[in-house]
Amino acid sequence: MKPRHQRMIAIAAGVALIAIAAALVLNAFQGNVVFFFSPSQVAAKEAPVDRTFRVGGMVEKGSLKRRADGLTVEFIVTDTAKSIPVVYSGILPDLFKEGKGVVAQGKLGPDGAFHASEVLAKHDENYMPPEAAHALSQAEAEKAARSVVTPGAVAPGGKR
Amino acid sequence: MIPEIGHFALIVALAIALAQATLSLSGAALRIPGFMAAARPAAQGLFVFVAIAFGCLAWSFFSSDFSVLNVVNNSNSRLPTPYRIAATWGSHEGSLLLWVLMLSIWALAVSVFSRSLPEDMVARILGVMGLIAVGFLSFMLFTSNPFERLLPAAAEGHDLNPLLQDPGMVFHPPMLYMGYVGFSVAFSFAIAALLDGRLDASWARWSRPWTTAAWIFLTIGIALGSFWAYYELGWGGWWFWDPVENASFMPWLIGTALIHSLAVTEKRGAFKAWTVLLAIIAFSLSLLGTFLVRSGVLTSVHAFATDPKRGIFILCFLAVVIGGSLSLYAWRANRVAPGARFELLSRESMLLANSVLLLVACGAVMLGTLYPLFLDSLGLGKISVGPPYFDSVFMPLMAPAILLAGVGPLIAWRKGDAAQLLRRLRWVAIVALLGALFVPLAFGRWTALTSVGLLLAFWIVAGTLTSLIVRINSKAKITSAFVGMLFAHAGVGVFVIGVTLVKSYETERDLRMAPGDTATLGGYDFRFEGVREVSGPNYTAARGAITLLREGETIARLSPEKRVYLVQRNPMTEAAISAGISRDVYVALGEAVGGDAWTVRIHIKPFIRWIWFGCLMMAFGGLLAASDRRYRVAVRRREAAAIADPTVIRSGAA
Repeated sequence: MKPRHQRMIAIAAGVALIAIAAALVLNAFQGNVVFFFSPSQVAAKEAPVDRTFRVGGMVEKGSLKRRADGLTVEFIVTDTAKSIPVVYSGILPDLFKEGKGVVAQGKLGPDGAFHASEVLAKHDENYMPPEAAHALSQAEAEKAARSVVTPGAVAPGGKR
Repeated sequence: MIPEIGHFALIVALAIALAQATLSLSGAALRIPGFMAAARPAAQGLFVFVAIAFGCLAWSFFSSDFSVLNVVNNSNSRLPTPYRIAATWGSHEGSLLLWVLMLSIWALAVSVFSRSLPEDMVARILGVMGLIAVGFLSFMLFTSNPFERLLPAAAEGHDLNPLLQDPGMVFHPPMLYMGYVGFSVAFSFAIAALLDGRLDASWARWSRPWTTAAWIFLTIGIALGSFWAYYELGWGGWWFWDPVENASFMPWLIGTALIHSLAVTEKRGAFKAWTVLLAIIAFSLSLLGTFLVRSGVLTSVHAFATDPKRGIFILCFLAVVIGGSLSLYAWRANRVAPGARFELLSRESMLLANSVLLLVACGAVMLGTLYPLFLDSLGLGKISVGPPYFDSVFMPLMAPAILLAGVGPLIAWRKGDAAQLLRRLRWVAIVALLGALFVPLAFGRWTALTSVGLLLAFWIVAGTLTSLIVRINSKAKITSAFVGMLFAHAGVGVFVIGVTLVKSYETERDLRMAPGDTATLGGYDFRFEGVREVSGPNYTAARGAITLLREGETIARLSPEKRVYLVQRNPMTEAAISAGISRDVYVALGEAVGGDAWTVRIHIKPFIRWIWFGCLMMAFGGLLAASDRRYRVAVRRREAAAIADPTVIRSGAA
């Protein structure tokens, strides 16, 4: 074989490899990327129904309940504007605490609750998961915007 | 006073690094011997002053000097001494100082073990390392001074994050950084060669042991980190595809490609430009890793508080180093003379294919790591890319690489003999197929992936053994580099066996257990005896007692703990493990759920130790390869020359 042919084969092999890798990457992205939604977005029905996603915010104070089996827990995740009940069966991470940030991964159930397969909490006491922080600040900003644009909406007794 | 000395030493170190970079690079470019001669003493001076600064910070931590902000934030007077010292690199600032210390150690090593190199080469190498040191030292001094004072001094510190209070903290970061930063040597060699235009086999021979040494440290560092995460995080996982793990894994992948490509450049003079490119990429990825970990853009165990100023500084530094070195590469690489010809069926092409596969796999890992960050920074939504992505992309790309690694050593350089290769591979294929078919029988459950994994593992081990037999039959000398290759490749096989068996046959259960309850998992009985309060040096703990039984006989008594550290008041799971060659039994306490009952998580992890043992074998193989005689010939020549010059004897013996 001439060197030129060899080089052609090598280049063809390289291109084929990159094509295969790209196909693998795209395929894996399609199936495995997990989107994040805040409780407000879930309430606005922006979240998918039978696809795994993540929801994050703060664990509402006093909302943590344990079912009789001792393993299943229920708690409410809130971004201060809206909230969503979460059901999880298993051991919670060490730093899971009421009033602190949390991110849960799972699916929305027909009962309207979020069935988590995984619960993530912060790693450090000064540290909030960025997704959870984002959800909280988003809700804050929206509340502020609403109060500026339509002052009447926040009148006592007004619907939120 | 001590922190001021440390701060001052850092400033002096910056001045020395500036001098080291400018004098040696300009000296080499303009051929001024006096300037070039400054390189070695400057590198040694840099080490001395960085070491002084590091010592001062370590002393501030050791003596609990709570007038230093860094100490207040990351230590406490009740912290046990080893962790107090390890807390030196427990913070953003301290870990940067460790980074620079490692860089100065590598530069010192180059200045000592480079007597056989031409003077201008040494000057260029140390000059480039000096430039890197300038970048990091000014980053530290301008944005993250580790010696910042707190006035008035605090009475007590906030303590080290409980997750980090572990022997892993003492060993994992220094090892990992030693590896990360070690690629700066390969990088500097590459840049020096590009500047000089002297890219030849002897360049590869000089560069090779340094690269292998860095790779050894990185391998051990990553393995230690994986082992630490396994027993400390309480989830029983050994690799999470966490962005920070990926940040250390990407340079490893490229480093692996680089040491193989260097072998071809040294032995056959081929792939010179490719090798240089890999050296640039390996170090660029080390810098990228530093950026990812230190800029706070990641959600991770390793992320510290975010400071945009720091992120921007590292990003600019990254752009300058990567952009500069790639431009230099584009400008100079075409001057590289082509290497020796080789056929399509040859060891060269196997090694080339493997390094391309490693590069592509690294690219896929990088995409999965960075894509969420890009989307987020562009405001296009928040996503996370989890282990399923990496598993389904990385494994198909690595499978052919492992197949090729089994074949490569069986093919001759330049032109392979297809008939002979097939004859040799026949036995390898039989062993691999038998292993893939029969091993799953012992576990009683079969999946296609299990067989694929085992096939790859047995293939590479059998291929490696065959190459040993071939070498013995050919009566060629068995060098320590060859034995090193055998160990490293067999280590890959051991690693793959571990990964395959853990993935296929691990079992876990979350349970609620009251004292006296017994649970059964994987043929073991777990009897929960109850929980009692104990206290450690800086924590109190609920310590569970679980008796592990097999067929009624007690095998082990496990005591998992739930600790609450006194300062940060956060609970911490401390798992208990009954370790074995063929399986680990792993128990972690959840929380008290009324009465004396607790939630308990139990795992059985078959062959998980093989994963880390495989990594150690790879590292040991690297050690054998780096200490091959042909690199030491130079040392002996130096010792002979040293009779005339007594100052060299010490460095030769060191």
